[in-house]
Amino acid sequence: MATEITVGIAGAAGDGLDRTGDTLARTAARLGLHVYTYNSYQSLIRGGHTWLRLRLAEDKIDNHGDHLAVLMALNQDGIERHAREVEPGGAIVFNGARFHCDSALVPKDVTLVPLPVPELTAKLGKLLPVMQNTAALGALLHLIGFDLEATAEILLETFKKKGQEIIDQNVGVLRAGYEHAARTAPTLGYRWSFSRKRRPVVTGNHMMALGAVAGGCKFYSAYPMSPASFILHWLASHSEKVGVVVKQCEDELAVVNVAIGAGHAGVRSMCATSGGGFALMSEAIGMAGMIETPVVVVNVQRGGPSTGLPTKTEQGDLNQVFGASQGDYPRVIIAPRDATDCFHSTVEALNLAEAFQLPVTLISDLLLGEHRSTVDPEAIPCEVAIDRGEWVTAPSPEEAGNGGYKRYALTPSGVSPRARPGRAGCLHVSGTDDHDEYGVLISDEHTNPAIRRKMHEKRMRKMEGVRARLQPPVLEGPAKADVTLIGWGSTWSVIREAAGQLTRAGLTTNQLHFKYLHPFHAEEARAVLRESRHTIVVENNFSGQFARHLRAESGVTVDHVLVRYDGEPFEPAWIAERVQALLEGRKVDLLVAEHEAREMAYHHIRIHMHDKTRPRRLQAVAESGFGEPLWVVELVNRDDGKPEGMLVIGRDTGANHGWHPADPSLLGETATAAFATSLGNGGRPGHAPADAPGRAQDRAH
Amino acid sequence: MATTTDLTLKSLDGRVDPDWCPGCGDFGVLKSIKEAVLELKIPPHEVLIVSGIGCSSNLPGFIHAYGVHSLHGRALPVATGAALANHALHVIAVGGDGDGYGIGIAHFIHAMRRNLNLTYIVMDNEIYGLTTGQASPTTTEGHKTKSTPRGNVEKPVQPLALALASGATYVARGFSGDQKQLTRLVAGAIAHKGFSLIDVFSPCVTFNKVNTYQFFKERVYKLEDEKGYSTSDLMGAMGKALEFGARIPVGLLYSADKPTYEDTEPVLLRGPLVDQPVGIDRRTYDEILAETM
Repeated sequence: MATEITVGIAGAAGDGLDRTGDTLARTAARLGLHVYTYNSYQSLIRGGHTWLRLRLAEDKIDNHGDHLAVLMALNQDGIERHAREVEPGGAIVFNGARFHCDSALVPKDVTLVPLPVPELTAKLGKLLPVMQNTAALGALLHLIGFDLEATAEILLETFKKKGQEIIDQNVGVLRAGYEHAARTAPTLGYRWSFSRKRRPVVTGNHMMALGAVAGGCKFYSAYPMSPASFILHWLASHSEKVGVVVKQCEDELAVVNVAIGAGHAGVRSMCATSGGGFALMSEAIGMAGMIETPVVVVNVQRGGPSTGLPTKTEQGDLNQVFGASQGDYPRVIIAPRDATDCFHSTVEALNLAEAFQLPVTLISDLLLGEHRSTVDPEAIPCEVAIDRGEWVTAPSPEEAGNGGYKRYALTPSGVSPRARPGRAGCLHVSGTDDHDEYGVLISDEHTNPAIRRKMHEKRMRKMEGVRARLQPPVLEGPAKADVTLIGWGSTWSVIREAAGQLTRAGLTTNQLHFKYLHPFHAEEARAVLRESRHTIVVENNFSGQFARHLRAESGVTVDHVLVRYDGEPFEPAWIAERVQALLEGRKVDLLVAEHEAREMAYHHIRIHMHDKTRPRRLQAVAESGFGEPLWVVELVNRDDGKPEGMLVIGRDTGANHGWHPADPSLLGETATAAFATSLGNGGRPGHAPADAPGRAQDRAH
Repeated sequence: MATTTDLTLKSLDGRVDPDWCPGCGDFGVLKSIKEAVLELKIPPHEVLIVSGIGCSSNLPGFIHAYGVHSLHGRALPVATGAALANHALHVIAVGGDGDGYGIGIAHFIHAMRRNLNLTYIVMDNEIYGLTTGQASPTTTEGHKTKSTPRGNVEKPVQPLALALASGATYVARGFSGDQKQLTRLVAGAIAHKGFSLIDVFSPCVTFNKVNTYQFFKERVYKLEDEKGYSTSDLMGAMGKALEFGARIPVGLLYSADKPTYEDTEPVLLRGPLVDQPVGIDRRTYDEILAETM
């Protein structure tokens, strides 16, 4: 089996975590490994808790997996939150001069590597605090069996502009960390075969920007909105080099209308936003359908509704994208599955938009848009096919003798050859009111049901041509299976891996993944799913939006819908466990899990206790006077470990049932339960017993 | 095909006749645009007229030129995109006061900040006409309309003052009761390099019984007749922009020669975007990929 490892870096925003992660990712990529990084960061510039996982593997990977081999903690909080997740055989690396690791937190067979950073670097001059990261990175390289050279080379390039002294200092710190670890800890035993093939480390957003350029996009407009802004940043900084005009606008209404104006004038144009901005763009997307102007609109989804979770992922905008704008109009909706596919989908979107003169929506998400992975350079070629569609520069002879150029000629394909403004002889008006072949309005007092009917049919007829061009979904994995997992967009890789885990565990699993959401390959979907023993849709939203779409389009009602909507992406084992449970008829409960109770406690600490405490033990209590089972969380002083009190959390509702300052006599393993029970029995009013087990059982935390 | 030398007013007619009410002020605006195009000898195919929604936004259908009859309030962004994609075109945005100063006012202000080479003609009738007579952003205080039966309590938007404050480099007010002056202002606006606004008093004879031709005829006076008035004095123009009462100035308030957005966009210095090559060459592509390795 191919070697792989997952490294987690924990710290606060501002700890230099991104730079360290980037250096490690690029090191691995230069050694010829594949990389996938997942950063569950908060919407904060400084502070908060940031948790970056890097999965480094000999084989191509496109999700962050299930494991944690090494924790690199850049602050105390990082140790406390993640030490217990490190798997046997792994290690925890941190600056021992500043932080300590409570041995109670360390799982068995995990090596602690505290680095005496000041001592190691005494001869290297005055260090910036973030340089502890470089020492930790050096130690990590030793532990995971990487050599120093690739990383040293990257540091050299990174600090080239800052002079030899800074380069020497950084490389020196890296080396000191490496050598200290080599002296004090054995390697973790990874055997790598480094191909040393260099690959770009990119995000889906990055690939969309590059795909746009390769695909002939000349105009890009945007309003800043996470998680789509990187496309704006990249194109703005490369605008002159790649010959694309980039326009930041006053709002998303302007963004999409400017893009449509540019598209109408004859350049390939694109814009991007997230769900909130997309809502503002709706009306104009319908306009592009009506006046038959090509435009590509990207929606990089984040958690909704409303402002929602600006820095968390979700696939919750499907209903919105389907429902964008009033009336029926031809359009295409494409959901790329990984970073490489973002490149090709963007090229394809630009081609379809112009060939069929309609709006194309690319629906991505924060996970795909912002998380980095390696792509094979040969998989993203610079020469791509560009189909600019049908253009004319003069009216046809028939048109010339019969009233002139027909911008909206009623053709068998529904596509009417375009003429760009500025060409003599093809003057016309494109109107958002419905119109005849010349563009003359047929609304208001000159309404004409017959022309309306044929013009509407002409526009919608274009969808047949689009559908014929798109590759139908293909069943992947074993032809005959116990269960078929169905997904769309960014979940392709994680579902694939889950299917592999299930198959290896004895439950043969295959996968049907959808990239083209509209037009929809209903017949092909039906044909595949008719043969499936069990069908489960897996998607990152609350209500199973794709499952509903599948049912509406194909009539297929799946057996289960497995959804996640806590802002976090799926992990393979997460899916596999729940698929097993669903097929065994076990209910997936919605109770607050232990790690979730801990997160809730951290929230309480942040709001009410100013980060002076941390959760230590958690005790589940089955019955209580609160009418629901509880988590009782013991909070202790962060510095001296002394108990501060108990936090009581409802396992069913998630309610914070209150904070109870320490009565030391009550603390301790058995006392905790007694405490909670006594609390519950103490006559708190209001809560009925938890007797509603039937709700939303396929959903899970 | 007509060439510029044999163009006549008639040859600039659109495919259909205007559907405006007889006596609508918008007829005068339409005529002034045709006359200005003739006067400037611009081939009609180099003109793109972009409108929003409203009675006046039907204008592109009534003139022989390229046109986009877009969404309510969105004429300026659509025009902006077209102008950036092909700055060899003469792009003229048109619409009403509800379209430009109500639902589209954000675009109005930001388009002026950019000093794009665009002409914006607002047919300002101080009412929503197409929807049969509700108060608009420029409806005067106290005016009783269908939506303000006790009289409008809001202050009207001051489009000329907004234009001056926002960086428009050609700011004028016309009156469709004075065809000659209006044509002069429109021709000046089209010829001007930069963002030009002409707010035109264009009476709605059906739904606005307050701001009638008579109302304006009694009040307007021409700035070009004002001794000592300078169109390069921003603060002087601001005073005129806010004058609306017994006397209302019409004419060119302000004009300045400043770099346009197109002049400062490096990619557009290579020529109209629409004529530039698409895609990317291998060397540039490799350089870009190298940034990520």
